[in-house]
Amino acid sequence: MAKKFMYMNTKAPYGSIYALESLEVVLIGAAFEQDVSLAFIGDGVYQLTKDQSTDGIGMKNFSPTYSALGDYDVNKIYVEKESLEERGLSLDDLQHLTWEDEDEDWAEKDSIRLVSRAELADVIDDQDVVLSF
Amino acid sequence: MATLHTVNKSPFDSSTFNECLGLAKSGSTVLLFEDGVYAATAGTKPAEAIANADGVTFAVLGPDLKARGVEGKIADGIKVVDYDGFVDLVAEHDKVHAWL
Amino acid sequence: MARSSQQPERLNSHSLLRQGYRIVKIGIQINEGPYQHQAADSAYQFAKAALGKGHEIFRVFFYHDGVNNATRLAVPPQDDRNITQQWTELQKEHNLDLVVCIAAAQRRGLMDEDEAKRQGKDANNIAEGFRISGLGQLIEAGIECDRLVTFGA
Repeated sequence: MAKKFMYMNTKAPYGSIYALESLEVVLIGAAFEQDVSLAFIGDGVYQLTKDQSTDGIGMKNFSPTYSALGDYDVNKIYVEKESLEERGLSLDDLQHLTWEDEDEDWAEKDSIRLVSRAELADVIDDQDVVLSF
Repeated sequence: MATLHTVNKSPFDSSTFNECLGLAKSGSTVLLFEDGVYAATAGTKPAEAIANADGVTFAVLGPDLKARGVEGKIADGIKVVDYDGFVDLVAEHDKVHAWL
Repeated sequence: MARSSQQPERLNSHSLLRQGYRIVKIGIQINEGPYQHQAADSAYQFAKAALGKGHEIFRVFFYHDGVNNATRLAVPPQDDRNITQQWTELQKEHNLDLVVCIAAAQRRGLMDEDEAKRQGKDANNIAEGFRISGLGQLIEAGIECDRLVTFGA
């Protein structure tokens, strides 16, 4: 029986490698057909901002990878509302991540679920394995 | 599900302690270890937050307290455990959530 | 009580269960390099205690800078612990599976003999007891284990 895997993302991108290397785990993990969710809280919400342009810092821009998650059957992406608000951000500042539901004629659906801290606590509580980076 | 949360950063240096408290559900346990043990210091805001965290149990790793010379300053109601106790906490809970 | 050198299979786990003591299969993830953070030390102390209590350590997976725990070339001061050597010895004593993530290792220059040949490098630097493998090993640990414990910063 598939386990519920939750990937916790709490760190901003580029300042450290955790964001990039945790995404690499998610992509490899997709092949194992478990029940995968991602949570972005605290500075982790910064990983999903639109319009990342890294030429000036000489690092690879890995943000396009998030939009590929839907193709890997990773479509439960929880973003904590309070973390966004504390940082002066809204859903509009984040990439629009989608997936195609083959059970509904490949209808395009939103992957990002904006949740409150309390709601996210329930979601995490329900998981079997939590991976932290 | 009863989760064991682990916090290893000082609450005065990092937000992970507060983030953990914000998401820890009643019935879960928070283990403070490494630099996280400072959150257990009596008379501090983190200790106050611990006292107010309804339904959440707190434990602190003794060896890390001793290493940092703060063994005598722990707030009431926080259980001191050793590495064996850490292992028991892992076995007794359904999963471990590391706050890094 | 079991001595740390006993394999879990040789323990009378039935009697332990009767006492209400549950044996679990544990996976450990280490995200930081030796000495820089306490992660590798905490993981080691935890692993020793878990083995001493008769639990099974399914795998120790080294990720991010954690791969640097597997270097053969460290010469830390003699009056302090040798982290890599501690893991090598624990691996030998308990037949542990110490896995270094290949992607993280490549980034940071941690090579075994095969990898060095494959990548055209003139040396390898992995310590005894560690093996290099893919991220799938971490996922597998999450699937196979009762508990996944992560040490990082």
